[in-house]
Amino acid sequence: MALLSQEYVLGVIMEQASLVKDTTLAPVRQPSVNKNLRALGRWAFVIPVLVVNSIVVIIPSIIGIAYAFTDWNGVGAANWIGLENFTKLFQDAIFFKAFTNNVIYTALFLTIPIAVGLLGAYLLAGIKRGQVIYRLIYFIPYIFLSVINTQIWRYLLHPRYGIGATLADYGITFLDFPVFGRSETALIGIVFVDGWHWWGFLVVIYLAAMAAVDIELYEVARLDGATRFQQFRFVTLPSIRSTLIFTILIIFIGTTLVFDHVFILTGGGPAHASEVMATYLYTQAFQNFDVGYAASIGVILALWVSVPIMMFYILRRRGWEI
Amino acid sequence: MKSVNQRSQSTIPNHVVLMILLFVALLPVLSLLMNSFKSTAELGSNPLGIPQTWRIENYTEAWAGGRYATIIPNSVIITAMTIVGTLALAGPAAYGLARLKLRGSDWITFYFLVGTSVPAQLFIVPLFIMWRDLHLLNTRLGLIIIYCGLSAPFATYLLRSYFISLPEEFIEAARIDGASNLQIFLRIIMPLSYPGFLTAGLVVGLGAWNEFLFAVTFLSDPDLKPISTGLYAFQTRFARDWGLTNAGAVIMVLPIIILFLFLQRRFVEGLTQGGLKA
Repeated sequence: MALLSQEYVLGVIMEQASLVKDTTLAPVRQPSVNKNLRALGRWAFVIPVLVVNSIVVIIPSIIGIAYAFTDWNGVGAANWIGLENFTKLFQDAIFFKAFTNNVIYTALFLTIPIAVGLLGAYLLAGIKRGQVIYRLIYFIPYIFLSVINTQIWRYLLHPRYGIGATLADYGITFLDFPVFGRSETALIGIVFVDGWHWWGFLVVIYLAAMAAVDIELYEVARLDGATRFQQFRFVTLPSIRSTLIFTILIIFIGTTLVFDHVFILTGGGPAHASEVMATYLYTQAFQNFDVGYAASIGVILALWVSVPIMMFYILRRRGWEI
Repeated sequence: MKSVNQRSQSTIPNHVVLMILLFVALLPVLSLLMNSFKSTAELGSNPLGIPQTWRIENYTEAWAGGRYATIIPNSVIITAMTIVGTLALAGPAAYGLARLKLRGSDWITFYFLVGTSVPAQLFIVPLFIMWRDLHLLNTRLGLIIIYCGLSAPFATYLLRSYFISLPEEFIEAARIDGASNLQIFLRIIMPLSYPGFLTAGLVVGLGAWNEFLFAVTFLSDPDLKPISTGLYAFQTRFARDWGLTNAGAVIMVLPIIILFLFLQRRFVEGLTQGGLKA
């Protein structure tokens, strides 16, 4: 789900939950009511959500993890084969390629979109008029479905209709090739499209965080002779640190679980050049019907994703101001 | 919005860069719009410019070819029911977590956290089997239940933060008058927090409207397809006819943009909640 992407939901839950841990009211003592019944009544508020979420997510996930240790192929019996899927996985060159691609994806995403997002937000914070309009327009790509994004950019980066071809007519040929058809550039092309999609979101979040920074600090810095860049580095950045970390977290998770854009733009091709773990899992599950193997990929994926999440959660719970 | 730099620093360099970024953000969208009016022939000769003839037929053909008369109502039904279902689940839960002392609320958080960090592909196959056995495959209801389960945790925490910020006096007064938790929730909390419900509803609704993976897996009947998968099928079938597919894309995107322009404050609020300190 594009907007309710998992990484985002995760981030929200953690932020909200860890920030306001103990602000529940003690119920006013109501005499002559059975204490347990009252507790049940309170739990009744929460149980429906737990039930539906369990049925849809948790229980199938547990079943899915169990499949990772079998050789199930969707029909027939599932035989326990222990860690065989995992050993096969660690020797699988395609999986290794997919994993590397995810790491590249994450690395690229953690640098360029964040940098441009910070730039945009900082510049926006510095102007007085037109903020709302800029913000609005920057945000629009973010509300587009991946199918739409891919439609737009497949055309713009098309070898015949796209920007590259048009520029070539004027003699500028460096973009004149099928971006998604070449192994070296396929993944980068996808990252670019995804980055274009996400960038507005980052700008808006950073902008809101920057707006909360105390103006006094900037005054002091300026009186001390700081340039705009120095102000950015020594006043803005430290002040929005927790928001920055939040976005780093959800980018990490999102780029690890990325699926839609890769699937629609290249399907993992050409020849697995842009394969990522999520698309590889999909292929194994729904095209090769090797459900057990696919589930083992899922387990690895879940483990890899949980590393920064756990770190973040534990540090937060300990009260670290990150 | 506060201005961070004071008057003495020029804002022109800001605007220059911001304008450039604006074009990067906007021009692709405009190109989609413009190209949706071109015929295939014109696309070949004039791929990036303003259309010379405005071919509205693209839209009527896209409407028919993409079966928009079927897929739009599908999307509307699915999205609307998802919003209702999710809010019905999340509202009480958020209230419970915010105001009713529940031992183990941290465990609930952890539970949701785990559930959300699992990649969809891990549980989509077992879920598929479960749904098959429950005869919920290929039904809109089945997909709606899934969406509710997926978006309920998010809505719960969004609403929770709203409830926490509500003044406690009303609740205290009602409790002293002997009102039950349920009555307090229905009569007092809900009316007071309709902005929170609205925001949550918008974000959940948008997510459901745009959702692709589960829709493509659980709804194969062409009469039941929502817009997201309908558009994908349409794009695949008519891959060569860019004018047509662009028009199809615009039809899907236009309601979202219009809705967004009207409710942008709420949207942005709802979507950026998580990144800011309360």
